[in-house]
Amino acid sequence: MKTHQYEVLIIGGGGAGLMAAIYASKGASTAVLSKLYPTRSHTGAAQGGVGAALGNAEEDRPDWHTYDTVKGSDYLGDQDAIKFMCDVAPEVVYELEHMGLPFSRNPDGTIAQRPFGGHTNNNTGKPVTRACYAADRTGHMILQTLYQQCVKNKVTFFDEYHVVDLITANGSAAGVIALELATGELHIFHGKTVIFATGGHGRVWEVTSNAYAYTGDGVAITLRRGIPAEDMEFFQFHPTGIYRMGILITEGVRGEGGVLLNNKGERFMDRYAPTVKDLASRDVVSRAMYLEMQDGLGINGNRYLYLDVTPETVNKYAALDGRTRPDGSAFRITAEEILSKLPDIIDFCHTYLGVDPVTQPMPVQPTAHYAMGGIPTNARTEVFIDEKDTIMPGLYAAGEVACVSVHGANRLGTNSLLDIVVFGKEAGLRAAEFSRGASFQPLPEDAADFSCEQFDRLRNGSGKEKAADIAKEMKEVMNDHVGVFRVEDGMAMALDKVRELKERYKEVRVGDQGDVYNTDLLNIWELSNLLDLAEVTAASALARKESRGAHARDDYQERDDKKWMKHTMAWLEDNEVELKYKPVTITDYKPKKRVY
Amino acid sequence: MKVKLKIFRYDPENDKKPHYDKFVVEAEPTDRILDLLEWIKDYQDGTISYRRSCAHGVCGSDAMRINGVNRLACKVLVKDVGTKVTVQPILGLPIEKDLIVDMEPFFDSYKSVMPYFVGGEENPQKEQLQSPEDRERFDDTTKCILCAACTTSCPSFWANGEYVGPAAMVNAHRFIFDSRDQAAAERLKVLNDQYGVYRCHTIFNCTDACPREIQVTQAIGDLKKAIATSRLD
Repeated sequence: MKTHQYEVLIIGGGGAGLMAAIYASKGASTAVLSKLYPTRSHTGAAQGGVGAALGNAEEDRPDWHTYDTVKGSDYLGDQDAIKFMCDVAPEVVYELEHMGLPFSRNPDGTIAQRPFGGHTNNNTGKPVTRACYAADRTGHMILQTLYQQCVKNKVTFFDEYHVVDLITANGSAAGVIALELATGELHIFHGKTVIFATGGHGRVWEVTSNAYAYTGDGVAITLRRGIPAEDMEFFQFHPTGIYRMGILITEGVRGEGGVLLNNKGERFMDRYAPTVKDLASRDVVSRAMYLEMQDGLGINGNRYLYLDVTPETVNKYAALDGRTRPDGSAFRITAEEILSKLPDIIDFCHTYLGVDPVTQPMPVQPTAHYAMGGIPTNARTEVFIDEKDTIMPGLYAAGEVACVSVHGANRLGTNSLLDIVVFGKEAGLRAAEFSRGASFQPLPEDAADFSCEQFDRLRNGSGKEKAADIAKEMKEVMNDHVGVFRVEDGMAMALDKVRELKERYKEVRVGDQGDVYNTDLLNIWELSNLLDLAEVTAASALARKESRGAHARDDYQERDDKKWMKHTMAWLEDNEVELKYKPVTITDYKPKKRVY
Repeated sequence: MKVKLKIFRYDPENDKKPHYDKFVVEAEPTDRILDLLEWIKDYQDGTISYRRSCAHGVCGSDAMRINGVNRLACKVLVKDVGTKVTVQPILGLPIEKDLIVDMEPFFDSYKSVMPYFVGGEENPQKEQLQSPEDRERFDDTTKCILCAACTTSCPSFWANGEYVGPAAMVNAHRFIFDSRDQAAAERLKVLNDQYGVYRCHTIFNCTDACPREIQVTQAIGDLKKAIATSRLD
């Protein structure tokens, strides 16, 4: 078996991984392992913007960003980490700009910013222009820019190397096992440090905005190595996915004045969030949409609503709201502005729906979008292995795979792109720093045994079960019962079902028995990750008897700070999930009722 | 409706030469070709191999030849191509397995044109200013997702793989016409070469193939003009 040695091993080539690579490679030998070509990573699908209080068009402050994020998190976010992220946001955005990122521009040449859900002027409570954007392609520009800088800095990449296990030795991270797609060979990567930047796991759910690749590999691997997963019950449903397909329609559409309408043509968000209306945070809007549909107000009785950004509708409601531009003039929008600010959204709607958003409303429904939970870390991206904040030396996690927690129970739009650049950078710096003072741990002799066993089982299963059937049943039950609204019986049923599916998974046999580009083998291996994360998600959700952020229960409708102001830490055992809890870090902002 | 697919197959471990397999899939007019491939892989033949990730045209994984033209499998619907569909790998890159080609030569060409920003500061206190007009000048070429649909549709590239190809030039354009960048002359020097701009014979296949609707041939024209005049206006 081939063995490679680098001081810093970065798993994942999206925004967090590439940002880590740029910084780590300045101070240590570094390799990036990605199961895709890095430019295929899901960062590229992010649309609306990256949050930073630049104040380019109107007054804004990092403190306001911090408070908005704390409030958005429904007070489950750790306030020290949130403050750190929001304080450094402007300098990191400037840094991206100096790496060449082509932001859209204001007439004065500064970076253009737009309003986004939950981001407010803390004095007036009104939406503030904080999302720094490049049309509706901000994630694409971040991913491309960071990859370009990696090319410039001659970063070492192992493209299409699928990491399947973490190696530890003497209680420290010591490397990873990776399968080379082109040959089917397993490789050992020996490292002083390992940074997981593998993204999320929206493919657990039936309707999702997430890429096929979003299968939770990082969290699943660390769970198998005895590391807990934090706050897994909190998974964000983005309000506006294309009906049935789940493809993301950016919140920037509402930032540009778009409104949600029900079957009566009524703009319903003012009943749920009187101040910011359609720009309330995502959990609030997704729930409002479900309630409208429950009341029979879906379009023609179907499970979708309209998102309308036609100039006629936008200008009508902007006038009703008395909405003004930052310079005080009345807010009005033209078809040309929509075309230039939301070109990709228009393209998606043309391609997949045959709808022209400049003249027609878009059919949308909530779509599984973002994991607030993940591998527990602190703001230095070091990984905790228990509820007492014990760190595993040499192990780091950043981006969606990690739970710092800066998003708590609900992430604000634009904070994911901020998270990946802030904590990706942090991870790269910390891992390089650690490497300077550390030596390589000896590799265990049996390092690759577990991976070999896993793949042997998949190649030699009985074949009585089909992986596709298991995946379909998992996605359906998770969508129906561990989705936007939850109740005890439904979640318990979902948990049983997932465990049954895990049993059935043991009877799966891979159809492709070859070695070269065996995507069948890896897709089916990824399904095991999704099943594990579905189990941990359902178990964590079932235990939390309150409603907070994205975890909304019909049977416990209120937030319960006395009993539940705490982070869930979940360990995956054989057919069991062990749950422990740890306190939330609260500094400046005492919990209060969350109203938009 | 029933869709008949004819799919290019090559398994280097078992096949001496490529062949085609036929499949019939029950589909909706609004299904993506990628949805059909997924269904075949899930229920008819797990060995069929291709790349895919985002499934909505932004990651660039699934460029293929669909009924003879380069498209992303996730951006073509059944209603766009009808009920008889032939799927082949993109042309001009070595075939690894079925619809998967070796992307390394493509990325090597990309890397040869300095596809990265030159300029900027280490610890900036503010952004570099750029007018909306200057930003607009290179907007079209910022959209590239490196799917290779353009380069592998180009007869000049088919004829000689040393040609840097349309995608690399799109990425050179993105920086050369960025008012903030400081390395335009060096990039133009790379492209002022027998394997650079002169191999473009304005056939426009690339422009037709681009799933992001980048005016690729126009961008290459801008580069030719810049080389000829030593000016960027």
